[in-house]
Amino acid sequence: MATATTMLPASGSNGLQRFGLWARANLFNSVGNSIITVLFGALALWVAWSIFKWGVIDAVFVAPNMRACQTAGTGACWAFVGEKWRFILFGRYPYEEQWRTAIVLVLLFGMTGASFVPKLWRRETAYAWVAVLIISGVLMWGGVLGLVPVESDLWSGLPLTMILSLLSMIFGFILAVFLALGRRSNLPVVKLICTAFIEIMRGVPLITILFMASLMLPLFLPPGFSVSKVLRALIAITMFLAAYQAEDIRAGLMALPKGQFEAADALGLSYWRKTKSIVLPQAITIVIPPLVGNLIGNFKNTSLVSIISLLDLMNTTQVALVDPNWRGLTSEAYLFLGAIYFVACFAMSRYSQWLEVLLNKGKRR
Amino acid sequence: MSEAAKAPKLGAPIIEMRDVNKWYGEFHVLKNVNLQVRKGERVVVCGPSGSGKSTAIRCINRLEEHQKGQIIVDGIELTANLKNIELIRREVGMVFQQFNLFPHLTVLENLTLAPIWVRKVPKKEAEETAMYYLNRVRIPEQANKYPGQLSGGQQQRVAIARSLCMKPNIMLFDEPTSALDPEMVKEVLDTMVSLANEGMTMLCVTHEMGFARQVADRVIFMDGGQIVEMNTPEAFFANPQHERTKLFLSQILH
Ligand SMILES: Nc1ncnc2c1ncn2[C@@H]1O[C@H](COP(=O)(O)OP(=O)(O)OP(=O)(O)O)[C@@H](O)[C@H]1O
Ligand SMILES: [Mg+2]
Repeated sequence: MATATTMLPASGSNGLQRFGLWARANLFNSVGNSIITVLFGALALWVAWSIFKWGVIDAVFVAPNMRACQTAGTGACWAFVGEKWRFILFGRYPYEEQWRTAIVLVLLFGMTGASFVPKLWRRETAYAWVAVLIISGVLMWGGVLGLVPVESDLWSGLPLTMILSLLSMIFGFILAVFLALGRRSNLPVVKLICTAFIEIMRGVPLITILFMASLMLPLFLPPGFSVSKVLRALIAITMFLAAYQAEDIRAGLMALPKGQFEAADALGLSYWRKTKSIVLPQAITIVIPPLVGNLIGNFKNTSLVSIISLLDLMNTTQVALVDPNWRGLTSEAYLFLGAIYFVACFAMSRYSQWLEVLLNKGKRR
Repeated sequence: MSEAAKAPKLGAPIIEMRDVNKWYGEFHVLKNVNLQVRKGERVVVCGPSGSGKSTAIRCINRLEEHQKGQIIVDGIELTANLKNIELIRREVGMVFQQFNLFPHLTVLENLTLAPIWVRKVPKKEAEETAMYYLNRVRIPEQANKYPGQLSGGQQQRVAIARSLCMKPNIMLFDEPTSALDPEMVKEVLDTMVSLANEGMTMLCVTHEMGFARQVADRVIFMDGGQIVEMNTPEAFFANPQHERTKLFLSQILH
């Protein structure tokens, strides 16, 4: 593994001293560099100070409405978030039933977190996922066990965003694996179908696919059947993600040395055994960074379902802003929204880097 | 030919190539290759680079497809029939120049994978067999390491053990020592010699002429996709018949 060249050992002499040495070697190693360091340092300080002043010092944390906010201070009006966070997070889901979606959120976050731990990559975790998804479904829909039924059109906010992202991630990845294998298949029909699917999905904006799914899916269904808007959106997002991930996986398949396929063939392994035990584990490990990149993109892309009038996190934020009592607090609202997206995406990104190191440890020269 | 003298101790033909032809597009790689290998026989194939040695032996377990002629392995003819291909691959082990171990699996997992999934051997039994063969190639202590942590010579011995765990009737070697540092060649050749002494049917592409002298029943010289010469090692080295063989030998033996 590569070692950082400019970093000094973490242990040893005191931190300030080490920082001083590092700074001299990297920031003040020439006159030009020193000037740049000072200029950018000053700029960064000024920006940080302005944000801090706006966001904390001059900010108003409690106020009944925006007017009160404006008289109380010149900075951010966090009272808005204090007032609206519940609507932004849970949206139109019936107020008294929102505890159900809160439990779903905790379950989904908990399972996602648990799945990050390599020690838990076991069959039992997969079963736990199935159980959690079933429980989440029961809680979200209700209608059994004395729970009030809730139309899926009312699902909103963070739970909806989580459900769309997680389910599209699970089904999208499975579909992607088959698409990638299919695109490399020796069977011309399979190859053609997979290639066409991938290229069409990648050649069209997600918005178009969302519209198509919401308008065209009902046409293909026998009369009397209906597919909820959430499901239509989920299908569209899943197909879109699958096409991109299929291409990532295909790149991994192509990067795998031919000798690996040959050794597996020479041992007499069947196509599916070879694929499952030899090819996919290696191919997927190679392409973890782009796969996670697409997952991050997908997580943010779910915000586009607002255009087929689903109340995901983005849309609940916009609706919250429409309230005449709080109009004009766009910065605060989008900062709150941005913070939620950022935390999730940043966690995924860091996790992927960590995972890559872990999976490569000791296995390659 | 003097090989007739050796023939009686050998069994029935286990590999038969009859007028095998293969093309890569326009390029005629194998031209009327005829070869019979009997059970227990050790055959060494040599020849200049690009002469079709690898292609020829890779046809035997269908890593490459031939377009004309017949290949019969262990009584089964190789055709597009997938079942037959699977049957033959079970009986034919192959060792590659680049080892081709599975880097994401431990040595032990490398050795047990195919027995478990292809031969349906219970895991415990497969692991016992694996340890037996790791002992045979003298690296039992590496069982739980990953291939990337082993030296080239150790990796190639693991690769040999991996093939042996399938209990094959035939072993194919495609330049098993060419990718190794000189000091590691011997350990791999020793393993191959001991295998030969046990009566394994072996078809080896190699330029290790010492190995050919020591264990081969026959040496084959290929050039331009054809078998140019085939003889016992004594006759082959002492008295090559063809100009091309002489030239090749003079280059390889300095
Ligand atoms: N997949 C392929 N497509 C086209 N030509 C090929 C392919 N594989 C091999 N060839 C050609 O076929 C010929 C025989 O190749 P082969 O690998 O059998 O030679 P070889 O005798 O094993 O040589 P070496 O000693 O270098 O391994 C070579 O000229 C090579 O360029
Ligand atoms: Mg070769």
